Amino acid sequence: MLRDIDLSGVAKTKLKEIHTMESMVSSGHRACQGCGEVLAMGMVTRVAGPDTVVCNATGCMEIITSPFPETAWKVPWIHVAFENAGAVGAGVEAGIKALHRKGKVSKMPNIICFGGDGATADIGFGSLSGAMERGHNLLYVCLDNEAYMNTGIQRSSSTPYGASTTTSPCGSASIGQHTQKKNMPQIIAAHGVPYVATASPSHPTDLMDKVAKALAVEGPAYLHIYSPCPTGWGTKGEKSIEIARLAVESNSFPLYEVVGGRYAITKKIKKVKPIQDYLKVQRRFRHLTDRDIAFIQEGVDNSFEQLERLCAATAKPEEE
Amino acid sequence: MSKQSICAWQKLELGAAIRDPGNASALKTGDWRTLVPVLDEEKCIKCTLCAIYCPEFCISEREDGLFRPDLNYCKGCGICANECPKSAISMVMEDK
Amino acid sequence: MTKRIGTEVSLAVADAVKMAKPDVISAYPITPQTHIVEELSEFVANGELDAEYIPVESEHSAMSAAVGAAAAGARVYTATSSQGLALMHEILFIASSMRLPMVMTVANRSISGPISIWNDHSDIMAQRDIGWVQLFVEDGQEALELTWAAFKIGEDKRVLLPVAVNMDGFILSHMIEPVVIPEQSVVDGFLPEFEPQLKLDPADPVTFGPVGVPEVYLEAKKQCEVALNGSKAVVKEVLDDLNKTFGRNYDLIETNGNTGAETRIVTMGSLGESVMTAVDRMNGDGREVGQIRIRLWRPFPAEEFIEAAKGAKRLVVIDRAISPGTGCGPVAQELKSVFYGRPDAPEIVNVIAGIGGRDVPVSDFVKMVEMAEKGELAETYTLWGLNSDA
Repeated sequence: MLRDIDLSGVAKTKLKEIHTMESMVSSGHRACQGCGEVLAMGMVTRVAGPDTVVCNATGCMEIITSPFPETAWKVPWIHVAFENAGAVGAGVEAGIKALHRKGKVSKMPNIICFGGDGATADIGFGSLSGAMERGHNLLYVCLDNEAYMNTGIQRSSSTPYGASTTTSPCGSASIGQHTQKKNMPQIIAAHGVPYVATASPSHPTDLMDKVAKALAVEGPAYLHIYSPCPTGWGTKGEKSIEIARLAVESNSFPLYEVVGGRYAITKKIKKVKPIQDYLKVQRRFRHLTDRDIAFIQEGVDNSFEQLERLCAATAKPEEE
Repeated sequence: MSKQSICAWQKLELGAAIRDPGNASALKTGDWRTLVPVLDEEKCIKCTLCAIYCPEFCISEREDGLFRPDLNYCKGCGICANECPKSAISMVMEDK
Repeated sequence: MTKRIGTEVSLAVADAVKMAKPDVISAYPITPQTHIVEELSEFVANGELDAEYIPVESEHSAMSAAVGAAAAGARVYTATSSQGLALMHEILFIASSMRLPMVMTVANRSISGPISIWNDHSDIMAQRDIGWVQLFVEDGQEALELTWAAFKIGEDKRVLLPVAVNMDGFILSHMIEPVVIPEQSVVDGFLPEFEPQLKLDPADPVTFGPVGVPEVYLEAKKQCEVALNGSKAVVKEVLDDLNKTFGRNYDLIETNGNTGAETRIVTMGSLGESVMTAVDRMNGDGREVGQIRIRLWRPFPAEEFIEAAKGAKRLVVIDRAISPGTGCGPVAQELKSVFYGRPDAPEIVNVIAGIGGRDVPVSDFVKMVEMAEKGELAETYTLWGLNSDA
């Protein structure tokens, strides 16, 4: 369903001001060195600010921010289980909404759910779909590091083709992950929610502008954030942002948004890099042959073409 | 009293909740570091990127206008050095 | 004005929930609970009830949303049965461990497989250790009033735990019974507004559900156990208050018939009414038989039960669930544990009856007593009504 949603009034983040915006995740968290996931989560909370309630699925981000008696959270935060961040968020939203209506809560805070790709695309898929479909006014953020990292790098439905994980290992009879990455943003867009976007910590203003828009829309919003994982991908910690940038610049992880059903690429890449540049710096893809890489390149190109066609097909008609 | 426990059950908050927001900052993760970022003050253009990309949220603007990490938390990942457009940050082995 | 109406018990429960003024209702349909949440959705749609009604996509999400809403500081209600309760299983523990009050009606139904929509207690008996206060009701009036009591118990600052109100599916949930509904002001007087101790509030940020490292997990469990055990006194207090307010005579454990008899039949839930008829009939025939009814299942009121069973030589314990791989049904297990090592321990004869909706007529209870007294029932347990070639 196409709708016109005007987000032109939403304030944009200035690059030079980001460092003055406080992360609601404190220092002293226990994420691995060079974790792109906690970085992305921090960026989201820099925009959301203190008037926010966070619902966290079980996973790396839950573990590294809340080992009793320590919490890295400066905002109210709840973790219930692995597969239900969407439903917990829905309950929190409904509870605060009812109390607000009855005059017991003065203001509706931002409600943000965080889940990894396993919590989002696999075990929490139904719970997320329900929360999106029912129209709760919340933002669900998938921090996608493309496998179950917390349990030791097992494949998820968000693991890309060709990646070697501990449950999709490459071997003489297997390329590793032999399925294509589940397209979560498009699945959520198909729910008809007002705002869906992809984002990457390599592009902070793009990411943070999308958070602001997602929080501004009335109803559910979904943000799918590429979250580099040095431990799971076999990359150097210092390369996390570089790899995230390569994912965007190779069109492997294009940055786009879907506002009211209209697709638009937010970061157009002028000189697209070959996927090989992205793959070769990661141990999880080290086994791939030139033929494998050519096949993956073809998939990237096809997916990007599909995205461009979706943009064209859903664009607002030019005024005559 | 068991030495393996950190809190008597009577003293726990309801449901073992934590009511000290952000108290993880008491954990000095700087202990994890092997390499330490060193800033070449001449090269720094104060672009803020190191602060933006720091996953420890520990790089901030100091009184002299330069951006430096709080070494209590810096895990030495090296993203700041890798992302610095002027190569003003180098990662060096730390003497501890 | 107080009303006396004939109504389906499910609808009476919905009325009770409405009068408890919940902020959030999370609901997923499952037979035989569905009429409750259907009726509640109508109240919300008609503007009779100011609540957020979340028609979730599964019972797992029903309980998850209930936890979220309760953590936000809302008064929360949900209802389920059987497979739905089983699907909630994981989250039921978390609701109690987070010390979040909420009320859930369980319209008790058999657990698959084979799939059965009919009544027994196998659903709740699989949830004995969830750390919730668990009550059983016998009739429509009690279902209505214990719903209010459940909110009051769970929200009490000495308790702060979720409460399950069990009512037998179909044989109680779908009965048309006469029910007295008091005025709203009476309910308001009995049930004060919910004042959460901790909630998700940006003005006072709380971390709910942190990682229970080995250095704290045990203490966290102890806190919940103490709260649950301590809730017995609060249940008693709330029932006393209820009795005064609504003119009842509810207790944790109740007796009927000959309270000095050597043989007592022990029941939990709505079969108690049939047993009451059977006991009255036997007493009328000059036979000494008593009945003990369990209203509070968790925490189990052991002292009160021992007191109620005083002088009994034999307990005929009616269980409504099978506990595979053990020596008897869950209630009999509980009572064997209660009496273990006591010199006054009665013989415990276990009859597992009414499984998967199998009808148990009044005359069968008379027969059970006769067989128990003649020593004709198995030492372990008897599957009542089993069709066997042996």
